[in-house]
Amino acid sequence: MKIIDIQNQIIEEFEVMNDWMEKYEYMIGLGKSLPTMDNNFKSDSNLIKGCQSRVWLHAELKNENIFFHADSDAIITKGIISILIRIYSGQSPKEILDSSFDFINKIGLKDHLSQTRANGLSSMIKQIKMYALAFQTKLN
Amino acid sequence: MSSNIFDVENIRLDFPILDKTVNGKKLIYFDNAATSQTPKQVIDVISDYYLNYNSNIHRGVHFLSQQATELYEGAREKLKNHFNAKLNSEIIFTSGTTHAINIVSSGYSEILSEKDELIVSELEHHSNIVPWQILCEKTGSKLKVIPMNDLGELELDKFDELLNENTKLVFVNHVSNALGTINPISEIITKAHKYGAKVLIDGAQASAHFKIDLQNLDVDYYVTSAHKLCGPTGVGMLYGKKELLENLPPYQGGGEMIDQVTFEKTTYADLPHKFEAGTPNIAGCIAFGAAIDYINSIGLDKINNYENHLLQYATAKLNSIENVKIYGESENKTSVISFNVKGIHPYDIGSILDKMGIAVRTGQHCAQPIMDFFKITGTLRISFAFYNTEEEIDFLIDTLKKAIKILS
Repeated sequence: MKIIDIQNQIIEEFEVMNDWMEKYEYMIGLGKSLPTMDNNFKSDSNLIKGCQSRVWLHAELKNENIFFHADSDAIITKGIISILIRIYSGQSPKEILDSSFDFINKIGLKDHLSQTRANGLSSMIKQIKMYALAFQTKLN
Repeated sequence: MSSNIFDVENIRLDFPILDKTVNGKKLIYFDNAATSQTPKQVIDVISDYYLNYNSNIHRGVHFLSQQATELYEGAREKLKNHFNAKLNSEIIFTSGTTHAINIVSSGYSEILSEKDELIVSELEHHSNIVPWQILCEKTGSKLKVIPMNDLGELELDKFDELLNENTKLVFVNHVSNALGTINPISEIITKAHKYGAKVLIDGAQASAHFKIDLQNLDVDYYVTSAHKLCGPTGVGMLYGKKELLENLPPYQGGGEMIDQVTFEKTTYADLPHKFEAGTPNIAGCIAFGAAIDYINSIGLDKINNYENHLLQYATAKLNSIENVKIYGESENKTSVISFNVKGIHPYDIGSILDKMGIAVRTGQHCAQPIMDFFKITGTLRISFAFYNTEEEIDFLIDTLKKAIKILS
């Protein structure tokens, strides 16, 4: 499935939710069911700096697509991670670099991007793009 | 004192922001240790300044400049009286506590040498650690740390062991921003003075909660920020004993702080102007004075009693919730409660409280050594001011219980 299609699917899922409580409960549910990251990946080099909750992000290239593994010690952050993994894991570096992150505004999580939140969403997005750029350079 | 004796409802009318709704809910502001709200009496002083007096101080012969200078120096006098300094010139206006600390630490870089020692406490805010680390890197002086116990109190007997003839400076906060512990600064000052060491007290978390008597404390330097006690942001105070400030090299060069300037040599102005280079935050400094007036119109004793009441009330309620662990359990505390709920990240709870209109602080509170001591990555911190109410605490507790249920 293409990135834009998955994003639209997520936007539709969030549209039927009535209020922030439902959205948070949904994200908390996602966070709880996110597979635990292998402890080997929870290294300092995978730790994203500047987050109130700790976030680890690891990426690997398989058959020219990037696969992301991520974890956090905060459950709402894990829910956000789960959404990002659903969209970006298994996609090619080029598709990731070409994609827009506008869906975050559309699902009403814009405030998680603000600087004071520092929950890692913006840092995670930056890191996902960095991995895509690095792997694309490698592939070329 | 119970809430029905203290007229909190009337006081709340002075704070227009408290009527605000956030995320569709009534704002409950429990982040007072980060910054306090500003009463309209102080806001009025700021707008009055820009409407009627705005001009540069100490320079013009014209009417406005004289008026502004009078108000500005009047504010200094208010601070001097409130904190009981001996002289107006011992009160330096700064941009805040951090700036005030940096004036002192930077000055000492020319005074200290390799054999000298400095003592800090484990309970400090980063702003009272990092400037001294920089100082030690520059001078080769040694930095020692007063440890704390499990209650979040400093271990004074260990302090005795750290003191010696080489100790030149001791810097401790009056109240810990992360835990609320009130440190025994009077004892610390007396002990340090026996060895001839000077003491800097960071009063950012203290001055809004109780009366501070600088001469009685015999403290060498005392620093605080206006925005923690109902004043504006970007303004603070450095108090220093006259002879110490006179011997401290200036921090910044510029206008206002000079006496004579030629290209061969510049002589500096007398105190306090030596440390007030450039045009200061005039409106902010005047408003700092107004904030002091406002606090005194209520009375710090009354404020302290009422805030203690809120602290006891909230502590008992929090302790009745399963899996809540409070960090900082000293009997001498201001109205700050740092806590965690077992198995739940403070950030998750903070996010849900925010959606319910409750402003709390989550994270390390710029005090990583304290977090390391308790082996945690952060806490939730609620901090009360005299305009908070029992009802607000009740709502917090109910919301917290709901958040725990959702997140467990």
